[in-house]
Amino acid sequence: MKARVHIMLKNGVLDPQGEAIRHALGTLGFSGVNGVRQGKVIELELADGTTEATVKEMCEKLLANTVIESYTIEMS
Amino acid sequence: MKAAVIVFPGSNCDRDLAEGFRQEGFDVSMVWHKDTSLPQGMDVIGIPGGFSFGDYLRCGAIAAQSPICRAVVDYAHKGGHVLGFCNGFQVLCETGLLPGVLMRNAGLKFVCRQQVLRVETADSPFTNAYSKGDEVTVPIAHHDGNFSADADLVARLRGEDRVAFSYVGNPNGSTGDIAGILSENRRVLGMMPHPERACEPAHGGTDGQGVFKSLAGILALA
Repeated sequence: MKARVHIMLKNGVLDPQGEAIRHALGTLGFSGVNGVRQGKVIELELADGTTEATVKEMCEKLLANTVIESYTIEMS
Repeated sequence: MKAAVIVFPGSNCDRDLAEGFRQEGFDVSMVWHKDTSLPQGMDVIGIPGGFSFGDYLRCGAIAAQSPICRAVVDYAHKGGHVLGFCNGFQVLCETGLLPGVLMRNAGLKFVCRQQVLRVETADSPFTNAYSKGDEVTVPIAHHDGNFSADADLVARLRGEDRVAFSYVGNPNGSTGDIAGILSENRRVLGMMPHPERACEPAHGGTDGQGVFKSLAGILALA
């Protein structure tokens, strides 16, 4: 089984990399990009029976820094 | 006096840090990240700069979960002295020993240069050899040194006199120009600048020695 964890900076946390991407898109002529936020995706291959609660614990302990980042988990 | 310097894969200031301690008379043990305990009788633990674990995931995140860091956290909780410079500061924030987060520099560029700092408090084991308001020059070299804290945390740090150093001319966007902070019990220091790289004239300056002299001074009295 697999889990996919999406990690994003929380709303209100300035994302300088996202801002740089927004500027670059503007430079390329893409107008109307009002905001860019950059995050990361982590795919986990898990032993059968691993619960979402365990993945949540992984996020809290290591995968995300919950001071500035939020995460969502997709189990499949 | 005894100091331990933790070495992670990717640490690159570990020997400079050890030399900074030795100059002030410390015996230094280098401790590998896979060790599960610290040598007995340490007076201070140093977490060096560098790029532990390649800065993978987040700077300092993987180092903070290494076996030796559990021992360092225990040591700090028992009142031990711990300091972290640059990547060491990032590791200390990731362990939760210090509050806040070091984010990507506001200008997105790696900054590497001499930096003027103001000593914000002389009331700590790491800064008592300076006077409050002193301006000192030490190198900075980081990509993720943008200290981020909400208004409540900044107010608490200032109210409790826990800002150790601030930048004179903010190089990285850090909240409140904060360059280094102390733990609640004032025995843990984290800072992005590198005092260990300003310890002898050949380094281009000796302003960083004060951190090591401060520690040596209070430990000699103890």
